[in-house]
Amino acid sequence: MANETTDSKPSEIETVKSRLVELLPGVGLEWSEFRGQTRVVFASGELLRCLNAFKAAGFDQLTDLTAVDLLEYGNVDDRFEVVYCLLNVDSGLRLIAKMHLNEPDLTIPSATSVWFGADWLEREVYDMYGIVFAGHPNFKRLLLPDDFQSFPLRKDYPVKGRGERHNFPIVTRAES
Amino acid sequence: MPLELLDSPDLDENKREGLWTLNFGPQHPATHTTLRLVLQLDGEMVIDAEPDIGFLHSGFEKLGEVLDFNQYVTIVDRMNYVSPMANEIAWHHAVEKLLGIELTPRCKYIRTIFAELMRLHDHLLCLGTCVLDLGGATAFMYAFNERETIYEICERASGQRFHTSYTRVGGLLYDVTDDWVKMVKDFVRNFPRVYRDFSGLVMKNRIFVERTRDVGVLSREEAIAGGATGPTARASGVARDLRRDEPYLAYDDFDFDVCASQGGDCYARFQVRMMEMLESVKIIEQAIDKLPQGPIFAGEAGKAGMPDKKEVYRSIEGLIHHFESVMPNRQMAGPKDSIYAATESPNGELGYYIVGDGSFRAYRARTRPPSVLHFALFSKLIRGCMLSDVAAVLGSINIIAAELDR
Amino acid sequence: MATQINKQLGDNIFLTTLDAAASWGRANSLWPMPFATACCGIELMSTAASKHDLSRFGSEVMRFSPRQCDLMIVAGRVVMKMLPVLQRIWLQMPEPKWCISMGACACTGGVFDTYAVVQGIDRFMPVDVYVPGCPPRPEQLIRSILDLQDKIKSGGTVNAREFKLRILPEGPSRFDEDELIRIRERNGFKLDDQKYDPVH
Ligand code: SF4
Repeated sequence: MANETTDSKPSEIETVKSRLVELLPGVGLEWSEFRGQTRVVFASGELLRCLNAFKAAGFDQLTDLTAVDLLEYGNVDDRFEVVYCLLNVDSGLRLIAKMHLNEPDLTIPSATSVWFGADWLEREVYDMYGIVFAGHPNFKRLLLPDDFQSFPLRKDYPVKGRGERHNFPIVTRAES
Repeated sequence: MPLELLDSPDLDENKREGLWTLNFGPQHPATHTTLRLVLQLDGEMVIDAEPDIGFLHSGFEKLGEVLDFNQYVTIVDRMNYVSPMANEIAWHHAVEKLLGIELTPRCKYIRTIFAELMRLHDHLLCLGTCVLDLGGATAFMYAFNERETIYEICERASGQRFHTSYTRVGGLLYDVTDDWVKMVKDFVRNFPRVYRDFSGLVMKNRIFVERTRDVGVLSREEAIAGGATGPTARASGVARDLRRDEPYLAYDDFDFDVCASQGGDCYARFQVRMMEMLESVKIIEQAIDKLPQGPIFAGEAGKAGMPDKKEVYRSIEGLIHHFESVMPNRQMAGPKDSIYAATESPNGELGYYIVGDGSFRAYRARTRPPSVLHFALFSKLIRGCMLSDVAAVLGSINIIAAELDR
Repeated sequence: MATQINKQLGDNIFLTTLDAAASWGRANSLWPMPFATACCGIELMSTAASKHDLSRFGSEVMRFSPRQCDLMIVAGRVVMKMLPVLQRIWLQMPEPKWCISMGACACTGGVFDTYAVVQGIDRFMPVDVYVPGCPPRPEQLIRSILDLQDKIKSGGTVNAREFKLRILPEGPSRFDEDELIRIRERNGFKLDDQKYDPVH
């Protein structure tokens, strides 16, 4: 199928794999493949080391950084999954790197020192999931008001909210 | 800055004196939509800018977890509302990749034509409004005149001129008619003339050129590390275009060039957009001539595909088919896995990271919007420029608030 | 004597009330303040641009400063972070002023029934004309401006007395404060929680 071949470049990805194994001795890397896309799951303790190794292996752009709340996913023990979509701009190779994270300690080191494009993406993940990125230069909410108290993309937050959207003063013709 | 300033600004943190703060937005004409900038100024020189966004955060991604793959297309439309159908194509591209559906040639061609029409749509508005912000109203009128034609083409195909909701998993809402083909051909025939007028008004406008040249320079390294894509990256010398590098839809069949520039300033970004318009028309021309016949729904789409409305109303099989595609408990089951798929939207790489949970609905539908990463670069771009350059830089990276905030 | 005057002036004189004259003037020179937040804003632009040309109806002078406007066109969804801005801009506009709520989102929240989107701006500020559609076609917006002109002409007064009667909130149904409290309690918030003190 044409879809399957779009981003799989078998020989190149094998080189990257062996290079990463070389760069990260003793770190558990779990490789998988789905419709031609290579994914790797790495241990959360080694985040910065892993990210630096990814960069050294040629992935010079952080395309996307996001998280998934696995609360209702079924058959998983972990609560959150943090996803780094990486790209090698010159060769066009992509890698999806994932890491699992659990409550109560939702703090992980920030990737801004590796790719500065992570800046707003990390703030957004904090905004939506409450995952804290230690070492981020300007850490606060990105999209929601500063006094908003919940993390809306968590699965236990209702779609219609908890009444925040109705909480405003009413301006009538008398005031205006 | 073209001018050599007598007392050049001191960007050193310790020596700052007499700075003042200016609040720009959230309701300001040059922001086009809703975003806020807190500017630190030394006289008229921008020392620092702190963007504040979220004035249009409407919970798109939360809705993506509630609606199914076909329903959510009405919501993604509203994301980059300057080129609505580009979002639909990107979303269904990702969904089809997740479900492993291969499109029919006719559907691919129609989608390609629309994707390129949307690129024209977007670039016309981007250039037109930016020239308006920089003081020329005529180009804006020309751009909108041409946009109206594209609206009509969309309306003919889908019934809605703006938010078309035209794509479906594995196909399209309706097949196009001969009328539509004729409209597109007319459009392609007319466009070079319009382009000549428009580019004369924009790129030969001396005020516009002087106000954009050497303003807001982005280097190649910054573009890569900051995650810039699309015209913004290509103007900085990153010659990467997903249409060529990761061909999707029918782009493999066409002959087109990737437009790039080395300048990295606002002018280069506009130039790349201008050049891309010509390439888009080239693609549309080739596609409309070769438009294949055949069905628009992929056979593999099976349950996911929508039956023809005529069948639904006139036969029991069609009705059953329709029922099976729309009832949540009868729908096609997706894989329990995740995928990241991206397309080259007019603004840059528009990707979707979808986590499927085995149903016909996304467990997590993450949008990778180009605007967020571009706007994050804004404070780098504007540092050291003049206050009046803010409008030029904002326009050149084409920030769309709904895509920025989702 | 009277016939003498009549002869001199002919049809050049006509009688009207001050109210009607003022309303006639106001209705035909509305200066809109485009509060364009989202997709509807693009249609607002097309309405003002070449093909549809809003200036045929005397209200093309878009002014981005609220102090110079008397018609606010809210085009697009208004979310939690934006509503205070909207109200502030509305309060800055000089009387007499009118408001058009353009698009399903501004009227009711539209397709965005989510935590962040205000479900209709009329819950929190007065609205004169609603324009349905997602987005409304430019023709619809033009129709709404014509309707507003009729409304001003038929009921306007020179010192804006008609607004004096409209001091109650005009939204479809005021969001019940008890409902708000119930939602919060169901979700485990205590009422003495400072952050969630109802403002109104
Ligand atoms: S009503 Fe429709 S077009 Fe208008 S802002 Fe809402 S979603 Fe966009």
